[in-house]
Formats: sequence, structure tokens, C-alpha cells
Amino acid sequence: MSQISESMPPKGGFSFDLCKRNQMLVNKGLKQPSFLKTGTTIVGLVFQDGVILGADTRATEGPIVADKNCEKIHYMAPNIYCCGAGTAADTEAVTDMVSSQLKLHRYHTGRESRVVTALTLLKSHLFSYQGHVSAALVLGGVDVTGPHLHTIYPHGSTDTLPFATMGSGSLAAMAVFESKYREGLTRDEGVKLVAEAICSGIFNDLGSGSNVDVCVITKGKKEYLRNYLTPNPRTYVSEKGYTFSKKTEVLHTKITPLKELVDVIEAGDAMEE
Amino acid sequence: MNVSDSTPAMNNLMGSEADSQRTLYPYVTGTSVVGIKYKDGILLAADMGGSYGSTLRYKTVERLKSVGKHSIIGASGEISDFQEIMRNLDDLILYDNMWDDGNSFGPKEVHNYLTRMMYNRRNKFNPLWNSLVLGGVKNGQKYLGTVSMIGVHYEDNHVATGFGNHLARPLLRDEWHENLTFEEGVKLLEKCMRVLLYRDRSAVNKLQIAKITEEGVTISQPYALKTFWGFSAFKNPTAGAEGSW
Repeated sequence: MSQISESMPPKGGFSFDLCKRNQMLVNKGLKQPSFLKTGTTIVGLVFQDGVILGADTRATEGPIVADKNCEKIHYMAPNIYCCGAGTAADTEAVTDMVSSQLKLHRYHTGRESRVVTALTLLKSHLFSYQGHVSAALVLGGVDVTGPHLHTIYPHGSTDTLPFATMGSGSLAAMAVFESKYREGLTRDEGVKLVAEAICSGIFNDLGSGSNVDVCVITKGKKEYLRNYLTPNPRTYVSEKGYTFSKKTEVLHTKITPLKELVDVIEAGDAMEE
Repeated sequence: MNVSDSTPAMNNLMGSEADSQRTLYPYVTGTSVVGIKYKDGILLAADMGGSYGSTLRYKTVERLKSVGKHSIIGASGEISDFQEIMRNLDDLILYDNMWDDGNSFGPKEVHNYLTRMMYNRRNKFNPLWNSLVLGGVKNGQKYLGTVSMIGVHYEDNHVATGFGNHLARPLLRDEWHENLTFEEGVKLLEKCMRVLLYRDRSAVNKLQIAKITEEGVTISQPYALKTFWGFSAFKNPTAGAEGSW
């Protein structure tokens, strides 16, 4: 009699064991806790020489702005960048993971990464998690086959588009794109349009705000323009400055420069056996 | 003896028998209305679609109507409730005319009447399922306001209902300015309606534009917008990514 059931080694990743029980509870009337959406405006467009990506810089935790100036345009490869909307942890983790996979693939093949490779790796990962990894991405890059722009939804479907927007501010940004996009834009026109679309999201959507990040990718070159526009500067600063209450009495002052505590081993052989 | 249990009225209201006595959900709905102030008065735009759930059932629904001599109204939401509102407004204007005192209801008065009507119905848990845009000119004063089905009301230089709030208002905030000419105003409204046509699933390509100035009301004949689908990326979208879409 053959052993049919072999004990499988424990695999990492998401365990779907509780899903049936969760669904049963929802059917009985339990309100499931909703995912923390970060509220974002991310856009991408294809222009004559390549791809331009744009994003706002606000990360929200419910009604509070958690990070005023976060980075939503993630590095995937020297010629590929990815904007992420949705749960911040999910977008960070999934783009970092695929970025590492792309690097290993580059070592293995000896060639520049292609955008479709990143696309396929991302979509198959997101699909296998059935939408529980809440990452909505705008992936753009230029490779040997030309400029590419894709959107990837949390459930794993993708679109290939000349211009795309995602996030809570996507309608405001899409209104700008639908009325002003045309083919064969130059670099400056494209950057201006992307900045306009992100500003539309920043000023008309409550989940988006602060500054505009832009990334221009062309054949063989990329320009990451961090804080390309800062249309929300802090306007009031008290002239009196800020001091501690005068009642605090200073008894003793000792300053320890931290660099002295680190010993740098010059010989470099320390790690070898 | 428990006399203080929930009153029969409340029980009735929340029971399933009483559900046939109040509006629970809309059936035939109109989509967004967009309105702007311009140099000489007000411009409203709305398409002529009446959706029955996910079907585009009626394509000749007039969602823009004139109210008295000084106002125009545009409605989105349940069409039957809009027809009821029009009946009430026509009665109101008639009543005002009967006074024959040389005075007539201007847009501010009509807006206030609508607000009271919508809010009172909402308080009785039987709303008129509409979002209304009310615009008009009286004695040189331009007025543009909106009322929602729960009674939220405000006035502004440009207003929109439904999807128009998300797609049209950002464009209007950027491009509206005082002293738009009639042609510029129509062009701006058409730009908004075009984006709505591309991105709102319940929009139809048959719209009317209503104009009101000190002289009077004009509601245009229905016409269609030109759309552009000729992007080279649309012709062969997966040229670089075979197998995806």
C-alpha cells in the first residue's frame, strides 16, 4: 500500500486556511476590518522618446497624514521604475521583491531587464494572493523593444496604455489626461502634463497631497526628479523661534562625538575563514 | 406594562410592509449634470440618458428644464422623482403668478424651496433620490447652486453632480475664470462632458446645453460630441507585451 499523502515542507507566504471561516463570519453579519488605503495619485504617460512617471508624496493613516514626503516611485531596474498605490507595505515589499528577482535575472542572462519581465513577475505574484496583497501599480520603462507603460491591479490584471492613472486621485488626474493628452509629446510637454495631472490629484483629492515626484525614463537614461514641484510649502514660521522654558536649569554639559566610538578595521581580512 | 416601547410609527417605518411607502433605491437614473457661471449668465450641460440599472434604457430623457422666467434646473438620479419635483415647481410658479404682483421667484427662492423640500423628505426617511443643479439670473445677479438628496446645499461658480464632481470639478477649478464668453463656456462644458463620456459608464453621447441670461432661457437641441480613439497605442496595445492586454 503506497503512501499517498507525503508531509510537505512548510512553505512561507500567505496561508488561506482561515478564509472559509472568515467568509462564514461575514455571511453571519460580521463587518470585516477594511484595508488601510494610503490615498494616492500616481500617473504614467508615454511620450515620443520614452516614459514619464509621476506621483504625489502623501502617505495617510486613515484621516492623518503619516508621511508628508514619502517616495512612491520605486526602483525596479536601471531602466524600469514603478509607482505604487494602495497599502504602502504591500507596494514596497512587492516592488523590492521583484526588483531583486530582476537583478538576479540580469546576472543570469547578462542582458538589460525588460518591462514585460517585471510585469509578469508582479502580476503572477499578485494573482496568486487573490487580491489580498493590496498593491495597484503603474509600471513604466524603456528596454530594447521600446517604451512601455502598464497598470497592474491588486487582483493581478494588467493593462497596456499610452497614459494611465491609479489611486484615489486617479479620476482628477485622468480628467486632465483625457482632455490634454496627445501623441508625440516632447519631454518638456510630457513632464508639464504629468505635473499638472498630479497637481490636479493633490488639490482635488483629500488622500493625495504635498509634493510632486517625476521620473523620466528614456533609452539609456533615467532622470529621477524628486520633489520636482513643491506647491505646498510651509508658509508660517514663528519669528520668535522656539526655545525651551527658561525654568530649565543646565547643571552639566558633556558632548560625545559619536564617530570616536566606531573602530574601523583597515585590514579587511576579518570575515574570511 | 411597557408603554414606552418604540412607537408604532417607527416600527412601521422600519418594517418590510412600510418599505413600499418610501424610496429605498433608484430605478431609472440620470448621470452627471455640470453647471458654470459665465459672463452673461449660467450654462448647464447634461446628457439625455436614463439608465435602468446597468442598461442604457432611455436615450431621450430631458434632464434640463426651465423654472419660471429666471431659473433652470438640471437633475441627476431617479427620473420619476425629478418629474415629481417638476410638478411641485410648476405648481409653485403658478401660485406665484396668481399673485400677479409684478414680482416673480428668482433662482435664490427656488433653490431655497428645493433645499427645504429635499431636506424634509430626507428627515421622513423617504428621500427624493436626486442631485439637483439650480442656476439663474435675476436683476443682473447670477446664481448657481446645488442640492443633494439629503439636503446638502451650496452655491459656487461651478457645480456638478455625481461623477461630474470627480471628473469635471478638477478641470473647472483649473480653467474656470470670471468673464468667460458664451463660446468659451460651451467649449469648457464640452471638455468636461467629453471626459465624462470617456470615463463614466452610464454616460451617453447625446447632450443638451441650457443657457440662461437676463433675456431668458434657451435649451439647445440634442447633439453628440466628437471623440478620439485613434491613438497608435490603442491599435496594437500589446505590441511589446505579447499575451497581456
